[in-house]
Amino acid sequence: MEGDIVQMGAFIGAGLACMGMGGAAVGVGNVAGNYLAGALRNPSAAASQTATLFIGIAFAEALGIFSFLVALLLMFAV
Amino acid sequence: MATETQDAAGAAQAPGMPQLDFSTFGNQIFWLLVTLVVIYFVLSRVALPRIAAVLAERQGTITNDIAKAEDLKAQAADAEAAYEKALADARSEAQAIAQATRDDIKAQGQAAQAEADAKIAAKAAESEKAIAEIRASAMENVEVVAKDTAEALVSALGGSASKADIDAAVTNRLKG
Amino acid sequence: MATESHGADEGGLVFHPMDQFIVKPLMGDGPVSMFTVTNSTLWMIITVLCVIGLMVVGSSRRAIIPSRVQSIAELAYGFIYKMVEDVTGKDGVKYFPYIMTLFIFIVFANFLGLLPRAFTPTSHIAVTAVLAMLVFVAVTVLGFVKNGAGFLSLFWVSSAPLALRPVLALIEVISYFVRPVSHSIRLAGNMMAGHAVIKVFAAFAPMVLISTGIGLVVTPLSILAITAMYGLEILVAFIQAYVFTILTCVYLKDALHPHH
Repeated sequence: MEGDIVQMGAFIGAGLACMGMGGAAVGVGNVAGNYLAGALRNPSAAASQTATLFIGIAFAEALGIFSFLVALLLMFAV
Repeated sequence: MATETQDAAGAAQAPGMPQLDFSTFGNQIFWLLVTLVVIYFVLSRVALPRIAAVLAERQGTITNDIAKAEDLKAQAADAEAAYEKALADARSEAQAIAQATRDDIKAQGQAAQAEADAKIAAKAAESEKAIAEIRASAMENVEVVAKDTAEALVSALGGSASKADIDAAVTNRLKG
Repeated sequence: MATESHGADEGGLVFHPMDQFIVKPLMGDGPVSMFTVTNSTLWMIITVLCVIGLMVVGSSRRAIIPSRVQSIAELAYGFIYKMVEDVTGKDGVKYFPYIMTLFIFIVFANFLGLLPRAFTPTSHIAVTAVLAMLVFVAVTVLGFVKNGAGFLSLFWVSSAPLALRPVLALIEVISYFVRPVSHSIRLAGNMMAGHAVIKVFAAFAPMVLISTGIGLVVTPLSILAITAMYGLEILVAFIQAYVFTILTCVYLKDALHPHH
């Protein structure tokens, strides 16, 4: 696969951007883990906070999706 | 790779991600708006009121059924109370009957016993009378035998005594 | 299309993972104009038909004891109704049909997109951006109509110390305008990522035909990975629709009750 140096840089950048997904993974795990810890301490309050859990997961995950998007843009659009 | 994709995607397509192909945006947005408007009208005019009505109706039915169930439960409780009452009545009646029967039997028994007692008493009196008679006759016999014996003894000893003396002496000894 | 150009000379990916997102006319091969019926249009129409099938035909018997389809429709109704009521409060209930429209469209588009050879309209940023902008514009207009200038108190955190408030206000304003971006990219990105990953694994699956040695290891692993990803995607398809809807409710609540 012979490409130019710009393409090589783009691919390396895409790979680097994928590291952001790890951060999102840590974040989502943190949210879910803390929810579980709280839910085990007070199970009666757990059900009312499920919506908050999903909102939190969505916010944490959105940032991982941004890094994924950057990777895709570098791969295919630049 | 990007350039090859461009070739692969066809001449009319923009490079790279199909999502960033701005020539299709107008088309997608137009059809999306059509879709949303159709779904909105279908939902708000037909589906949602109907489902809301069904849910309300079901809620009403459930409430009615629960009320009916409460009613039936009360009826059942009434029936149970009536049954309990009938049972208690029957039991007390049975007890009364049993008591009456018992009294009856007792009275019969007592009557029979009294009769038997009377019979026994009569018999006893009769027997006693017979015994007294027998005893009296026996005494008489003893007196006669004693007098005869005394007379015989007196004559045997060579004495003589009048009959009256012997009788008086024997009677006197017998009285002891 | 990509099969010939890639598979022949490279021996790498037999098809391109992003090819599945290409919008192309259903009939003919011309350019995509405003009213062309494309594969995206087709799947949107199928979505509408499924929505009608579930919500209208499914509930047409109005049964007190529901059939399976009717109970799914009632479940969806109750789910979204409760969400709107819980998050936005009683006065948000009159916007329930709009939110229900968004949810039912996204959830059906996501699930139908999981069928093999299907097209997922919600994987396109154009579609999700319109959905998010509709919510953003509607919520902003509604906030100003309902509260007037009082809507701006959303950005003025009165519980914070006075010195911090301008900084917080700046952050709040930025985060308010980033909302439609994250709202749309989250949905499109999730859909795109899952489908692309499945396609990447699918490209590795026929490895056994190319090289028997490695293929014996790679092919079963990639088929297993496709299955696992597919299961995850079913979960994601629902969760993303749920998240989109609940965020819409949260934004609506901000518009109705801007005071912190």
